[in-house]
Amino acid sequence: MLDVFFFYAFAALVLGGALLTVTLRNTVHCAISLIASLSGVAGIFLLQKAEFLFAVQIIVYVGGVMVLFLFVIMLVNLDTAARDRQFNRQWIAAVACVLAIGAEGVYFVRSGSGAWTFAAPSEFALSAGNTEDIARMLFSEYLVPFEIASVLLLVAVVGSVLMARREA
Amino acid sequence: MNAVIQHPLFIPVLTTLVVCALFPLVAGYLVLIERKVLADFQVRLGPMRVGPHGLLQPLADALKLILKEDIIPEDSDHLIFWIAPIISTFTALTAFAVLPFSARIFVSDVNVGILVISAVSAVGILGIILGGWSSNSHYSLLGSLRSAAQLVSYEVALTFALLSALMVAGTLSMQGIVHAQQQRGVWFVFENFGFMIVPFVVFLISATAETNRIPFDLPEAESELTGGYHTEYSGVRWGFFMLSEYANLFVASAVGVTLFWGGWLPPFPSVAALGWFFDALFPALIFAGSGASSLVLIPKLPYRPHRILMAIIAAALVAFGALFLVPALTTWFAPVFWFLFKIALVIYLMIWFRGTFPRFRYDQLMNIGWKYMIPIGMGAVMVNAVLGMFR
Repeated sequence: MLDVFFFYAFAALVLGGALLTVTLRNTVHCAISLIASLSGVAGIFLLQKAEFLFAVQIIVYVGGVMVLFLFVIMLVNLDTAARDRQFNRQWIAAVACVLAIGAEGVYFVRSGSGAWTFAAPSEFALSAGNTEDIARMLFSEYLVPFEIASVLLLVAVVGSVLMARREA
Repeated sequence: MNAVIQHPLFIPVLTTLVVCALFPLVAGYLVLIERKVLADFQVRLGPMRVGPHGLLQPLADALKLILKEDIIPEDSDHLIFWIAPIISTFTALTAFAVLPFSARIFVSDVNVGILVISAVSAVGILGIILGGWSSNSHYSLLGSLRSAAQLVSYEVALTFALLSALMVAGTLSMQGIVHAQQQRGVWFVFENFGFMIVPFVVFLISATAETNRIPFDLPEAESELTGGYHTEYSGVRWGFFMLSEYANLFVASAVGVTLFWGGWLPPFPSVAALGWFFDALFPALIFAGSGASSLVLIPKLPYRPHRILMAIIAAALVAFGALFLVPALTTWFAPVFWFLFKIALVIYLMIWFRGTFPRFRYDQLMNIGWKYMIPIGMGAVMVNAVLGMFR
């Protein structure tokens, strides 16, 4: 019962935050709404007993990415940019996407729960401490994709340093 | 009544209430101790007026903060200005939820305890940044920009230092880390042939930077920024920022104590012969000794009410020390005593830093963070990983 309440509370936080992120005018307010939305995702991770993902979601997204976002927003004066005419309007593409996703939603809701095939719940998600399980999976079965992802991040870091050097 | 005490939620709820109710008082007295210790370093007396030797100064300060006019700047972003100190205080106090005060006294023992502390302290940064931005003042904005850059830089070094300790412990749970030290019979700072001292030093320096303390207090450098991110704050909101700052100091010290200095374990936890000395006699001597030595001060006090208050405090300290000699209470008190005693030592060390080092320049701060702390932290992780295989 309490689980259901928290699920809807966090879901409302995620969706409400996401909506406010794209509708608010003030950039800092948008960033705060995005923080609320990301925190809601962290809450849903916690409801799924993925404590590790919960903590990492908050540390990486709220503590790292969003702090840097706010840093850049404060550093660059965006007040004038907000009043300028925007060139990034994508009305047609947006309407097409919304219609497609809406049609999918209507189809699935009308066909009921039979439209989905549910996977059997794995024993990992139910174990008390799944931090060790994540580590074991990442460093054994999925080691190569994990290392490729870290090389990608390294390339990004080196690239950004190089670009900063060239301009200076 | 027994049903209430036996309930599994009794100790968590009681601990939560005690922490929330008592921490503002503790923070007030931390400020007093800081002022007194700094005064001692500088051969002054420090606060002496309110109560004997200034002992009631924190209460007077708190009353002043609560009664002061609450000013919100006209051109500020009111909602964010209002909510920023709440974010800081809320996250700082949330971190207490996973602190292991003793094997039995804690709010919650989650299996990602140390990550929860990292997460809430990361959210706490937002309070400082948003508070500085919403004030709509150049000083505040500069302060919050500095704090964003500083905290993000030093968080990396801090994480590497924590990683070394977590590799030795083999768990992320705060209770589990202390139990691992109990099992090995050694505090982790002496583990890996003494090499764990390196990550501890990295931790101490990064924690000083993370808690915005001198010599890393550039976000609130009063000589350049008049107060940094909280320049426009006054009264109780400013008090909330200070409260969160001291809560962060306490939590950072508690993390250091838990990971490196054995948490609630007494010194030499594996030597049973020393158990009674460290669990009962040592705390009793500390409290009774400080009570007895404050008796000497009584005749020198000029006012009669001050003399009476000092005598009561001295008697209370001696009586509290005597409680440690009661065997039934020792098992409950001794671990909490050792946890808090070690935290007090770390906090004293941080006050000592403040009395010793001048503030760094901004480029020096970034140099120390990126060019020294992070490489040393990374190296410590690798060396400790190798040494950990041979222990």
